Amino acid sequence: MLKSILGAGLSLPFMSSLAFAQSDGIDKAISEMIAPIVNPIVSTVFYSVPVFGTQFPLIVGWLVIAAVVFTLYFGFIQFRGFKHSIELVRGDYFDPKDAGEVTPFQALATALSGTVGLGNIAGVGVAVYLGGPGATFWMILAGLLGMASKFTECTLGVHYRNEYKDGTVSGGPMYYLSKGLSEDGKAALGKFLAIFFSICCIGGALGGGNMFQANQSFAQISSIIPFFEGKGWLFGLIMAVLVGVVIIGGIKSIAKVTEKIVPGMAIIYVGAALIIILMNITEVPAAVSAIFTGAFAPAAVAGGAIGALIQGFKRAAFSNEAGIGSASIAHSAVVTKHPVTEGYVALLEPFIDTVVICTMTSLVITITGSWIPGNDVTGIALTSKAFEADIAGFGYVLAIAAVLFAFSTMISWSYYGLKAWTYMFGEGKAKELVFKAIFCVFVVIGASMSLGPVIDFSDAMIFAMAIANIIGLYMLMPKVKALLADYQEKLASGEIKKIK
Amino acid sequence: MTDIFIVGFDGSESARHAADFAAERAKLAKAKLHLVQVLEWSPYSFHTPEELAERHMRREQELDRANAIVQPVTDELNAAGVETTCEARHGNAAELLCEIAEAKGAVQIIIGRSGGTGLANRLLGSLVISLAQAAPVPVTIVP
Repeated sequence: MLKSILGAGLSLPFMSSLAFAQSDGIDKAISEMIAPIVNPIVSTVFYSVPVFGTQFPLIVGWLVIAAVVFTLYFGFIQFRGFKHSIELVRGDYFDPKDAGEVTPFQALATALSGTVGLGNIAGVGVAVYLGGPGATFWMILAGLLGMASKFTECTLGVHYRNEYKDGTVSGGPMYYLSKGLSEDGKAALGKFLAIFFSICCIGGALGGGNMFQANQSFAQISSIIPFFEGKGWLFGLIMAVLVGVVIIGGIKSIAKVTEKIVPGMAIIYVGAALIIILMNITEVPAAVSAIFTGAFAPAAVAGGAIGALIQGFKRAAFSNEAGIGSASIAHSAVVTKHPVTEGYVALLEPFIDTVVICTMTSLVITITGSWIPGNDVTGIALTSKAFEADIAGFGYVLAIAAVLFAFSTMISWSYYGLKAWTYMFGEGKAKELVFKAIFCVFVVIGASMSLGPVIDFSDAMIFAMAIANIIGLYMLMPKVKALLADYQEKLASGEIKKIK
Repeated sequence: MTDIFIVGFDGSESARHAADFAAERAKLAKAKLHLVQVLEWSPYSFHTPEELAERHMRREQELDRANAIVQPVTDELNAAGVETTCEARHGNAAELLCEIAEAKGAVQIIIGRSGGTGLANRLLGSLVISLAQAAPVPVTIVP
């Protein structure tokens, strides 16, 4: 029953597509024990209404509506400001005196390594499986709209960050919710939203940012390395040790290696997609037309055009996290005199994540003809099949990419969770250690158990972050507008000009 | 106007040789010395979120440490009668030395032969070679 609800109704990222690491016994007992508690929360967050025969989770609507509101309110900032964003990332406005500080490029790269992940590989497979090629059109549209949400939340993240005496910084939704709203005399509401956000952020970090990643990368690995089959605990233990070495041991070298390999993997992935597109260049017009006709008049898709739209919107929201508030934590450390610049930089994130990488995946699936209506190949298996059609053995590359993406996502989320944790319990080495230890334990749990309900719950927590975050964004958006106007004035007057 | 010699300094023995060598020439030429300590740094490197949050603090610490190395040598050379200034900065060593040489209107750059370990330097392309190719002024390499 639960499975069918999750599969058809909630359509969590991979729920319907990938089997969880299976084992019986204790985890089954825990699942049954936890299910009655978490199910109501899960079904509240992912409360869905039937739209033309397809279940539409309201939370996805909440994210998309917010993205539309911010797009209109800031006058299509994602298009007008796109060129300026590129210039900022390129370092055209970076003061050489600040050499050694966090550059816009670094903040963008770090935030991206938290969002580029399984969603880009497997999530798109699910979208095309359920929504047909037309889902791609809506996914791109949602990605483009989401750029405005990122602009808003990352500007606020920098504007309201805490800068401590020792030179470290903390920023993110919990800070702009509490500080920003208290400026408007709504301190109690701000505090409530900030704590609500923090609780969800901790849950999301342990779940979607940890257990889910461990579980799904194990599912991938055990499918290509038979040795690991049924040994989820061993895989989990290895991952937990690696994560622990980085976040507790402070051994930066492993993180550094990953942070270098992950962009490399992303480039290999996009490169392979481009090669396949070029190899089948004659098929491209047909694929593009399939995407457009599929968007408005799809055949063989449940719910027709609306079905395709829902799938595309869902995957985009799940993949780029625009409106969730997480990226704002990573962006807060940048050096800038004008918080708006970080908003400009951050708006590139959904563009790269969704408009570029997700579109590549779905083009490959469409071009190679891997999507056959009625066929039950979906998720990462569908993506893998499409790539394998032209590049034999790419399934292995995908599996390695999946593990690395999962690892870097865990590192990022361990930090997001930690910041929420210290916001609630206060800073301090001992308090931080408690959270980090819990985080590592959850890696093992995530990989070794088939705790469907727990993972659903934590996925729900990630999206619940958007409830508090977006309420805050609506209330604080006039401040962003004022900051933007001030910045644009200085740009126009030449007070801020290119260094290079 | 007094000539300025730029000295690439990293606290190593060979950098010290270069500084002493430069001081001798400066004395003869009545020139000034400017010691530059470069902290290797790239605007395009990747960091974890935690490293980003600590970056500003680390940067200050790195600068303090660098200054603690270069300042005593500067004082020593000044005491020996050679007018010497110094600075520590983040960036690419070759680029920064060229940039500073140009900005200060220096007449030459003096560096030690090798600051770090041989293999790493050879693999990564050493400062000596980059400077030989790109420097706007004559470069003296002190063994």
